[in-house]
Amino acid sequence: MRYMVWLLVVALIILRQDLWLWDNGTLVFGFMPITLLWQGGISIGAACVWFLATIFAWPTDLIEEVEKQSEGGE
Amino acid sequence: MVPLIVICIYLALLLGLGIFASTLFRGSSKDYMLASHSIGPFLLLMSLFGTTMTAFALVGSTGEAYAEGVGVYGLLASSSGIIHSLCFFVLGIKLWSLGKKYGYTTQIQYFRDRLQSDKIGILMFPILVGLVVPYLLIGVMSSGTVVSAVTQGAFRNEFFATHDYGVPPALGSLVISIVVLVYVFFGGMRGTAWANAFQTMVFMVLGIITFWIISSELGGLQAASQAVAEKHPSKLIRDVAQQDLDTYESDLAKWRTLAEYNYAANEAGTLKLTDEQKQEAVGAYKGPKIGNWKARAEATFAAKNNLLNLSTLDKNKAYVMQDDRFMPEEVPSSWSVAILSGEELNHVPRNEAASERAFTDETYSKNIGHPDDDLDPNDPSKGKKWTRKRAEGVYKATKWSPEKPHGMHYLEFISYMFVPLSVGMFPHLFQHWLTAKSASSFKLPVVLHPLFIAIVWIPCVLVGVWATSAMNGPAPMIPPHFNQNAVLSKMVSDMSTPLLSGLLIAGVLAAIMSSLDSQFLCIGTMFTEDIVVHYGGKDRFTDKQVVIIARCFIIAIVAVTYGLSLLEPRSVFSLGVWTFAGFSSMFPLVFASLYWKRLTKPGAYACVISAFAMWCYFFYDSDFAGNTQYTVLHMNPAATMVIGSAIAMVVVSLVTRPPSEEHLKRFFPEKS
Repeated sequence: MRYMVWLLVVALIILRQDLWLWDNGTLVFGFMPITLLWQGGISIGAACVWFLATIFAWPTDLIEEVEKQSEGGE
Repeated sequence: MVPLIVICIYLALLLGLGIFASTLFRGSSKDYMLASHSIGPFLLLMSLFGTTMTAFALVGSTGEAYAEGVGVYGLLASSSGIIHSLCFFVLGIKLWSLGKKYGYTTQIQYFRDRLQSDKIGILMFPILVGLVVPYLLIGVMSSGTVVSAVTQGAFRNEFFATHDYGVPPALGSLVISIVVLVYVFFGGMRGTAWANAFQTMVFMVLGIITFWIISSELGGLQAASQAVAEKHPSKLIRDVAQQDLDTYESDLAKWRTLAEYNYAANEAGTLKLTDEQKQEAVGAYKGPKIGNWKARAEATFAAKNNLLNLSTLDKNKAYVMQDDRFMPEEVPSSWSVAILSGEELNHVPRNEAASERAFTDETYSKNIGHPDDDLDPNDPSKGKKWTRKRAEGVYKATKWSPEKPHGMHYLEFISYMFVPLSVGMFPHLFQHWLTAKSASSFKLPVVLHPLFIAIVWIPCVLVGVWATSAMNGPAPMIPPHFNQNAVLSKMVSDMSTPLLSGLLIAGVLAAIMSSLDSQFLCIGTMFTEDIVVHYGGKDRFTDKQVVIIARCFIIAIVAVTYGLSLLEPRSVFSLGVWTFAGFSSMFPLVFASLYWKRLTKPGAYACVISAFAMWCYFFYDSDFAGNTQYTVLHMNPAATMVIGSAIAMVVVSLVTRPPSEEHLKRFFPEKS
């Protein structure tokens, strides 16, 4: 799952380069420029991916080790 | 006067908050600068967001969207949502673990230890502080601009006449700087974090209200966007729409006729219309009767009747003069052969101060006065008197050549991914990473940061884009050549009641101040920890003296920044991007220090020196951020700087002696 999270991060970086919408001036819902909607979607997608990252890719080992060491030292 | 009162009340509230936080101050320098490591996830989120997305996000993004269109969001907002959180993961947690182990409080302490080099601190300190200054400048400059814009007409005294009877921008900037200084001084890190959280909430809530009011005033979301699609479709894409090109060509042709007429009539003396001809010209004129409209009417008449007979050289001279550009001492021979294109004309430097002629030229100056007074007391339907800003705007809009629409380059868009890497080296964030109470405090900011960016940026970008097509009666609400830093405040003051204007501008000021406060405190901490205590010795100064020294240094930096803000203003967006690009250029160093054992001290020096040298050169080459379109090989300079400094670091590291195994074990412990 950890690798999946990092793959999603790479996917976000690729999807952010929406060159395919470069000259598309469509107004979605009659007011939202399609490229702005896409990029806003990337922001929401980023929040979701980072949420997954905090669950599946959080470096718990490193954190526990440091906290143990600092408790031992204090 | 109402907006001014609201702003004053808000500033008083903020001071109260800082003073309240000071009652919790434990008196030690550690508490003052680091709040004794007691900042939790919520305050951390608000503080981080408040610092990274402020004057730049509100004033800058609106102005840049007005100038460049919706592509601005993709340039920095969506990329920041991905990269900022990535840096938290890749750098933040590792740095936190090292800070916890070895007790670092500033990034220079970390680099000194990691690179076994005392002098790296001497090299990095002025560079880091120097890069923070343009970021502070954005806040100081913007605060003066928005306060001045929203308070125009507040006073009757002639002393304020040169500032449209409002608060002078220099005074607005000064007051905001002093207020921030006071609550930073009283509250330290804790007061700053609280004020940051409070102000971030204020500007987010008021931002949404602003968006709703402006969209309602423009006839609703759909009507506002539809107007842009009809008048300036290029603003909805990252390319140039044919319609905008056609409009530009037509406007340029009309402008050329005006320039040729003025030259023939006033400079060459080859054309003089009779009184009858002038009357006929005025009678036939159908355009808006504003500014130099009589000259435009006569020019149209002269062109229609083939009265403009100028040589190619004279025509080019006419364009340069009409556009208030400096005539070269030696006119290039090519000017006698071909007509200058709009782009070629733009390469001739313009005398920007020429727009001040609006204050002396009777055509414009006769309308200037208090914005609450009628132009004609006997006929209120003629409207109110003009502000000096408006007169200057009308002068530029009616005299200068139209602005050529331009698109974005693919490479420029892609290369903006390098800019948010700046968070890796931002002193304020680095300090938070090193000193956070617990690593789990980072979880909330990591997840919510991209969402918060969207909540603030999307409305700002839409408002900026709508501003291109919003009308004020028959004339555009924002005239051509308008100062893009003032787009948001202009929209707010023109489209809401005075009370709401005051509240909304208080929200903008909240955003600005929440950026200034953390930076002030951070550079104070760096100075005391990395210079004063490091070289003076821990026992030389008492805790109280350390706090006083930090405050004195902060005042010195604020004074320098304030002085710079009085010089020629720059685009908030451009200055922000230059600051970010500078910090990004040193990203390879922090990344390598955490993940590359082969990094050496000379390699680190090579990275910092090459990054700084490139930044200085590019910044100078861009006319100190004056050229807002500046790119290097069609890319944002950050891309070149990050790649260049990384190459310098790797090459020099590989040819120099690696650090000892024993030293490396401290930073790269073997996994048990």
